[in-house]
Parts: sequence; C-alpha cells; structure tokens
Amino acid sequence: MKFTLSWLKEHLDTDEPLEKLADKLTMIGLEVESIEDKAKALAPFSIARVISAEQHPNADRLRVCMVDTGNGAAPVQVVCGAPNARAGLISVFSPPGTFIPGKNITLGVGTIRGVESRGMLCSAAELQLSEDHDGIMELPADAPIGKGYAEWAGLGDPVLEINLTPNRQDCTGVHGIARDLSAADMGKLIDPGIRPVKGEFPCPVKVTVEDAMLCPGFALRLVRGVKNGPSPEWLQKRLTAIGLRPINALVDITNFMTYDRARPLHVFDARKVTGNLTVRRAKEGESLLALDGRTYTLDPTICVISDEHGVESLAGIMGGETSGCDENTSDVLIESALWNAINIAQTGRKLGINSDARYRFERGVDPAFMVPGLELATKMVMELCGGTPSETFVVGNAFGDDRIIDFPLSEVKRLAGIEVPLVEMRRILGHLGFIVAGNGPVVKVAVPSWRTDVHGKADIVEEIVRIVGVDKVPMAPFERGDEARKPVLTTIQSRTRRAKRALATRGMVEAVTWSFISKPHAEMFDRDPPSALPDHALANRRGHPELSLANPIAADMSDMRPSLLPGLATAAQANINRGVPDLALFEVGQVFAGDKPGDQLVAASGVRHGFASSNGMGRHWSGSVTADALDAKADAFAVLAAAGAPMQALQIVPGGPAWLHPGRSGTIQIGPQNVLGYFGELHPRALEVLGADGPMIAFEVILDRIPDAKKKPTRAKPLLELSAFQPVSRDFAFIVDRAVKAGDIVRAAQGADKKLITDVAVFDVYEGKGIDPAKKSIAIAVTIQPREKTLTDQEIDAVAAKIVAEVTKKTGGTLRG
Amino acid sequence: MSDLAQLESQILSQIAAAGDEAALEAVRVAALGKKGSISALLATLGKMSPDERKTQGAAINLAKDKVTQALSARRDILKSAALDARLASETIDVTLPLRETPAEQGRIHPLSQVFEEVNTIFADMGFAIAEGPDIETDDYNFTKLNFPEGHPAREMHDTFFFNPKEDGSRMLLRTHTSPVQVRTMLSQKPPIRVVCPGRTYRIDSDATHTPQFHQVEGLVIDKGSHLGHLKWILHEFCKAFFEVDHINMRFRPSFFPFTEPSLEVDIQCRRDKGEIRFGEGEDWLEILGCGMVHPNVLRACGIDPDVYQGFAWGMGIDRIAMLKYGMSDLRQLFENDVRWLSHYGFKPLDVPTLAGGLST
Repeated sequence: MKFTLSWLKEHLDTDEPLEKLADKLTMIGLEVESIEDKAKALAPFSIARVISAEQHPNADRLRVCMVDTGNGAAPVQVVCGAPNARAGLISVFSPPGTFIPGKNITLGVGTIRGVESRGMLCSAAELQLSEDHDGIMELPADAPIGKGYAEWAGLGDPVLEINLTPNRQDCTGVHGIARDLSAADMGKLIDPGIRPVKGEFPCPVKVTVEDAMLCPGFALRLVRGVKNGPSPEWLQKRLTAIGLRPINALVDITNFMTYDRARPLHVFDARKVTGNLTVRRAKEGESLLALDGRTYTLDPTICVISDEHGVESLAGIMGGETSGCDENTSDVLIESALWNAINIAQTGRKLGINSDARYRFERGVDPAFMVPGLELATKMVMELCGGTPSETFVVGNAFGDDRIIDFPLSEVKRLAGIEVPLVEMRRILGHLGFIVAGNGPVVKVAVPSWRTDVHGKADIVEEIVRIVGVDKVPMAPFERGDEARKPVLTTIQSRTRRAKRALATRGMVEAVTWSFISKPHAEMFDRDPPSALPDHALANRRGHPELSLANPIAADMSDMRPSLLPGLATAAQANINRGVPDLALFEVGQVFAGDKPGDQLVAASGVRHGFASSNGMGRHWSGSVTADALDAKADAFAVLAAAGAPMQALQIVPGGPAWLHPGRSGTIQIGPQNVLGYFGELHPRALEVLGADGPMIAFEVILDRIPDAKKKPTRAKPLLELSAFQPVSRDFAFIVDRAVKAGDIVRAAQGADKKLITDVAVFDVYEGKGIDPAKKSIAIAVTIQPREKTLTDQEIDAVAAKIVAEVTKKTGGTLRG
Repeated sequence: MSDLAQLESQILSQIAAAGDEAALEAVRVAALGKKGSISALLATLGKMSPDERKTQGAAINLAKDKVTQALSARRDILKSAALDARLASETIDVTLPLRETPAEQGRIHPLSQVFEEVNTIFADMGFAIAEGPDIETDDYNFTKLNFPEGHPAREMHDTFFFNPKEDGSRMLLRTHTSPVQVRTMLSQKPPIRVVCPGRTYRIDSDATHTPQFHQVEGLVIDKGSHLGHLKWILHEFCKAFFEVDHINMRFRPSFFPFTEPSLEVDIQCRRDKGEIRFGEGEDWLEILGCGMVHPNVLRACGIDPDVYQGFAWGMGIDRIAMLKYGMSDLRQLFENDVRWLSHYGFKPLDVPTLAGGLST
C-alpha cells in the first residue's frame, strides 16, 4: 500500500514529522517498508532550455546542443542523441557528477565522437519517473529555467509504502491509515462525513443478482452528460506518485477512491451497455477482453457482470474493454458492489490477475461503505466532469452484520500481561471506531463495519495492545517449574545426532541435500512403505505417484526422495567437477516411502569417492587408499554402533538392492524381516542414471529400524568380571574355496566352544602364488579364555582340534600345511 | 723388558686396536682362551718351584687382570659406538607432513549444529522437542491453524501440493512447522511446552529464499502464560543463542492467522563488512514471528480458550544460523560444496553445551 505524506494529511490533521509518523506506523502494525523521497534523489536535476541544436560533425544520430541552465551561467555544450532535442525545447539537465538513477551511473565530462559534452539532457526513464525513454523530457514553455526539476514537478512529496498484513483491508485506503494514526495520538482524523447526492431521475439500468452468495450487495447510478478528459493536475500527480498511470477523469476517480477510501469502483460507458445488468456465473467458454488488453476465457466458477449482449466485466477484479470509459464517454454508470472474498481470490488466482480491486475485495471491503462510497464518487464525477446524476439503484444488504463482542476487561491482562486503564481502552477503541458500552467487568464492544478482521475477545486485546505499544508489555520471567531435568530428545532424534557425530569423526563431511529429486532418481532408489505387505511391495515397484509433486519448482525436483543417496551422489559429482575428486559426504535426514506420517523414515547415508578410505583422505606418503565397499561397511557399522544397535545380533548377507554392485555389496539385517541397511559399491547402471563417476561407494542405514534398547531402571553398568587366568591365543590358517565367506569361518570357530573362545580375529587373507587359484587362505587368531583353572596343553590342543573340525565341517576348509 | 711385560703390552695394544666386538673377542680368546697366551703362561705355573710360582704367579695374574680390564673397557667403548652407529642409521625424516586425522577432517553442517544449539537452550528452559511429518494434510497445515479456505493468507505460503487423491483431498508439503503444534495439542493435555524444529517448504527460489528451509517453533499452553512471558523467553533465547550479554529487541504488531495478538520481532544490529554485531547499531533485523495462540486454533485442537491460553513463536533456522556465523548466501547451505562445508562446518567434537559454550 503506497501513499504520499500530503495525501495522508488530507485525512489526518497532524504536525508530527515524517520520521515519527513512519515509526509509529511500524509500531502499531502498519510496517513501513520504504520511504521514497524523490526530491532528495533528484536534487541535482534542473530545468534548462536548449538554445541551439546542431548536427554532430561525426555522427548522424547525434546533435550538439548549447543549453541555458539558468541563473546567468554561460551556455553549456551537451552532446545529445535524443531525436526530439531541438532549439527552444525546455527539458531537464544534469551536470557532471550527477548520479543518474535510471542508468545507475555517475555522469562525467565526456568526449563523444570528438566533441566535448559537459552534462546530459534527460529522459523520464533516466530519472526513473516512467518507462519513457523515447526522448528527452519536454516541459511546458513556462517552466522556470534553472529551478530544481523535482520541486517544480511536485515530486517533493515523500511516498510511503506499507507492508500491509492481509487482515487489514481497512488500511488499503489512506483514510483507514489516518484513523489508526489518530488512535495512536499522532493527530486528529479528518472525517467530515458524506452527504448523499440527490438523484434527478430514476436509474434507467436495473441490476439482477442471480447468486447473493457471490454478490451480497450492488449499488449503481447513472450520471448523464459528463465531459471526460484528463483529470486535474493534483489528481494526476497523486496517482503518478504511487505508480499509477492517469487515464482519464472517470477512471482516475475510481483509482483514487480505491486508494483513498479502500473502495474499489467500476465505471461503464452507459452508451456501450445494452439493456439491464445481470450478476451471474460465467457460462462455460464465454470470454472477455479486459481492460489490460488480454482476453480471458471464463467458466462457471467465475462471477461476471453482463448486459444483454454478454459479459461486460469480471466482477470485482477488472472491467471489460468494450464498455470502458474514454474521452467520448458522455453517460457513465458507476458501480459500487460487494463481492464474495473467496470467489474473488480464486478467480484472481485462476486468471492470474493482480488488480487493485481484487487485492481489496479478497480481503473483504467495508459493506457499510458501499453506498456512501458511491455518493462520494458521484460527487467527484460531477465536480470533475459535470453531468446529472440518477437515483441510486441498490440490491442486497448494504450494511453487513452487526458484531457485538462481550469483552471482559481482565482479558487484556490475562493474554497480554499488561494493565491498561478502562479510560485508555475506551479512548483507543473509540478512535478506531469501536463503540464500548458498560463499565465492566464485562463491557459490550460493537465492531465497526470496516473491521472485517475483528471477531472475538483476542482481537479486541490486540487492538488495545498494538496501540498502547507492544514494547510497553513488561517482560515476565518464565519459570521452568520443578520438573526433573531429563533428556528431551526422542530416541530417533538422539540416534540422528549420534549418527552425525559418528560419521563426522570418520572424516566424512555432512551435506544437506534437497528433499525432492528427479523422477528417474526416485525410481532407481524406490522404497516400499513400511506398511506394505511383501506381495503388495512387489506390485508397488512401479514407483510412488503419491510422492510426486503436482507443482514442482523444477523438473529435477519433482519427487520426494526415497533415499538420500541420489542427492549425495549428485553433490559428490558436483564436487568432483569442481576439482575435488577425493571426498566423503554423508547426510542424516528424512526419506519417504509413502505419504503417510509413518512412511517418513530417517536414513543415515554416505558416499565416498577416490582416495577416501576411512584411514585418510587424499594421496599421502603413508599410503593412498581408494575407498572400497568395506569402508562403506565400516561407515554403516559406525552409525549402527553410535545409534545403539545390538551389534552382536547383526547379520551380513552378501548382495543388496539393484542400485548396488551385486558382488561388492552387503545387506545388514537382524533376520530377513528387519533389514537395517546396505553398503557397497554403486552399480554402474545406478551411476549412469545419477550421472556420477564411479567407482563410488555408498551405504544406507534406516535409523528407525534399529530395535529399541531395553529400558534399564538405573544407569549403573553391569558388573565387570575379570578372569584371574591368562588367555591363550592360537593361530590357524585354512585353505578354503574362494566363495567361502570369512564370516562363516569366524562363526564356525566361535561355535567350537562358546564358553572358552572369547574372540576370533581374521588376521590374514591370501590368494595367489602357492595356492590353488580356486582357493584362498584365511588365517584366524583364536583367543581362549580359561574360566576356572589354567588349561593344560592337552586341554588346549583339544579345543584347537575342535576348532579345526568345526571349520572343516562348516566350510570344507583344510588346515594350511 | 721381560717376556711377560712384552706379551702384556702386545695384548693391550691389540685390544686398543680392535675395531669391533668380534675383533676384540678374537684378542680375548688369543690371550685368555683355553689356548690363549696368558692361559699358557698360567699353565706353566704348576711346574715351577713354590717360590718361583709365588712371584711369577702374581706377575702373570696381574697381567691377566690388566688385560681383562682393558678388554671390558674396550668392549664398553665398542658397544656404545656400535649403538650410536645403529641409531644414526635409523634416522627418520621428522619433517614429513602428517595425515590429518579423520576427526579433524570431518564436518557437521552448520544447520545441524544450530539445531543442536537451539535444542540445548530450550531444553534448559524446560521445553520438550516434538517432530512431525513433512508431508501434511491441508487440515493440519492450514484449516486447524485458522487459515480459512480461500483466505489470502494461504497465498502468502506458496505451497507445494501433491496430486489430488480419488476423494479430492490432496496432501502438501508443510509450509511451516506449525502442524507439529496441532499434532501436539491434539495428542497431549496442557500444560504443554514444546519446540518443534524441522524442515519446511515453499515455492520460492531467489537470493534469499530456497524451496526448502528450516524452522523452529515453540508452543506453550497453560492457564497463565502471556505476552510478557513470551517476550522474556525470546529475549533469553536470543542472548543465549547469539552469545551476547545484552540484545535489543523490537516487538511489532503483525498478523498471522494462528495467533492473536500477533507480533514480529526485530533485533538491533550493526553490519560492518559482512560482520554483524548485535546489541548496537541502527539496523533492525526481522528474525521471528510470534503471538498468543488464536482461540480458533485452540478450539480446533480441542482446548477451551476460556480456560487455557498460551503462545507460540517461529523462526528460521537457516536465517539465524547465517546471522550468527556470518554466512552470506542462503543457497550455499544446500550446495554442498566441500570447500564451503569445511570452512563453515563444525568439527565432530565441537558439541554445543551450555556448560562448555554453544560455540567454542
């Protein structure tokens, strides 16, 4: 909402300086976004006369002008490219050193094609006064040479712009803003009242409203014999100052009423309207050429005003071109109506029209001002254009509903924590147009018709508090109470936090990628909702239409991510492209398996590329190791351990989902029903879809899938049992088939004597020379921990024999000779 | 010179000449070994008369002692020299650059760090932490929060929608974390004190907006909490979060459908070459919105607004993170450039605590 200071002063009798008014506006909830003072910005621009304009000796399109800048100064030579630069022209001059706002440059003395130029003659665009840069400005012959242009042109009136909140439609007019300021002690509201203009004859055009829901009220009046031309200078200046283009007096009056009184109006050229008017829903396929020069195709959700020929206006949004007023208009129909706010908003959105009328009607205009607004407009039309008015034709409810709120005075203290005396409350509410009856403890408060936003007690509290000043509300310490200080993070929040720290200590860098990814990426990493049954899950493999956005911001941000990996791989590739090939990225965040709350899971994922093993990043003299699938396994295990997973219960099954290398991947599970995650090298096909350079390794752990730890009654750790007997270590090397998994050998060895064997470590894996190519050697170190007595050599040998027997039985391995 | 004296001096000079322990051992064997020269002299003692044995024996034993001592001394010297030589040969290049430890290289994203900081402060004030889904219903994101159907306030939230379902309803991406407040009020009885951190979405993309961003909202519902308490909490929070002794805040009336009265909050600051100082300067920087929970919202969540009351606030995590840590471009938060992350990110052991400082 824009207005000028002088405009405000038409409605507010005040001596307060601009800064104080602006601060007060902000502090009562009408936030001043900007104050534009053109007089300040355009101070160096002065009025000057072109004495002579000669052809430039070296350029066809340039002229060399001698300019009289006034004040008795010698003529100044200016090279000018404007086609309208001619002797005798009065225009606007800027000397060297002037900042030209429209060009964002500071002017210097220049030499143009060999001729010196000491200044510039300016177009309106260069002063940012309009879009017009066809030529230099042409001022009337009586414009005073040497005087400041801005002052002469009346641009010395500061323009304020308010960032209006959607509830305050009453402040879409200057009058409403003045009312708020008067309540805040910034002056006296000028409100002389509106006297009806007597009609000389009945309004010949009748209005039928087909749906009162869409149009609660409609007032219409004809003014015959008007003379429509340019509006007077004061009106044009006012409109220009706030960025509106003056058209003609009748149209300018409607724009003025919109900004002055928050009362949008429409004017029809009565001679272009056939018969009576009907307010109705548009018919499918009807169209209208609107005043913005565009043709809109309509449908029955849209409310229109039609005459006997067809649609003449988009109700409450924009008029039609064919019945618009121009300089030939002699009879004018003035419409002042009420429209359904929701319908206006929907129509405006559907047609993509942001008009001043829509802006107000969708916020709900003052119903009781429908007829007074029409009276005021009629008076103005007669003053500016003459003519004879008809009587007013009114349909519907012109007053709105009475709203009376029972208001306990204690409510202000209860909600806002501030004591406001009754007399102050009365004063504030009175200035704002509320009527207060009674002396408490509960008073009746009648809400003025223009405050369509006020409905209840809390709204009244806000009115009082915002005018008193929120800064006056004293701060009150908020007691935290005697609740025990317990951790506040939920299990999943705690797991998230620990997973992040665990991965960062492994040298990985945390990324935050978009929640939405491209459809091909989403399909590649598709995930079943947790609720899906196994057979249903297969049927669901064709993707998740419920996770596709209807209005994505970009084509590659169209689907909610089922996995963090596409985003991470894309981010990794972007870094590779920037020249950082060795990197490890992770993310812990939400992934989506469906659109139900339970389908949103928290995943911890990471990718590594290049020399980015868990032992260190980049190339180094101590060893440059490329990240491999087992680094990803280590990452996944670090997350699981940090998040409190039962590490002993985890099973590793070779292979994984389709996006992983079938031979270099593993699935982490606790039984086939609970898959916690995957790790491995990304499948070349996945890399191709992701547009990423391989090899890239990746892991994913779903934190929600980790079983909850048993709640313990105390924080004490279990008793530590230390054996008095030295443990014994024995090494074994087995020759096994290459397909045999180390994990199976370890498990077999452990199973040989669950009581005595406390640890089995794989310390060597060998394939190659000296071994059958189909076989490999795996060496394990077994720790035997005696429990009750030191073991004899025979007893140890017996355990060793059992280990060999067990490994041979389970894996077919033989002890290496 | 007697033979003995000559032998002794000969052996002593051989000892002195021995270059290593092996040569020395050869000298020892040649002198003191079973067939050694001194051993041979000692063997002749048996054949001598007692008197001769007495004088000769003493002389030979004296020579043997001298040789033994000389051998021991020489051995010590040679051992020490050998050790020195070995150690010298074992010299390494101590100037070789170290490999940075993973914990030095890893980084926590500034947003994660700031979420933890915020949680830490509010946990200390007695707030629990609530979360909810990103994909929400229109009812929870708008209707229950007093956004009437078709109201222009809905348009201020440029909403991402999913495709309509068969029944005409459509899910959306939450435009604020307020639906979590709704879920909390529907599932808990007052008194309620929660903060709701999370990711939010709006169709907006320019220098100061990204289609996803993060918020933390707070909610208090009980029988006596009012605007004065709200102002105090926000004031305490800002001091703790920005780690300053005092901060000037400006509370302005504003409008949100879900609060009444509604306020916007600015903090005073001075900008100087990309650095922001709080508690001084001329600029007012908007950081959050807040207000008393609207009676319609309480009613929609099954709470009687004549018995219970409370307040709520919401602020942008991305924004306060940028302000505190001097990050200038919002979009870089989601670009995942490792150079940026290494610079603005936090080391894994820099865990924010109130005792040790939020940032150290």
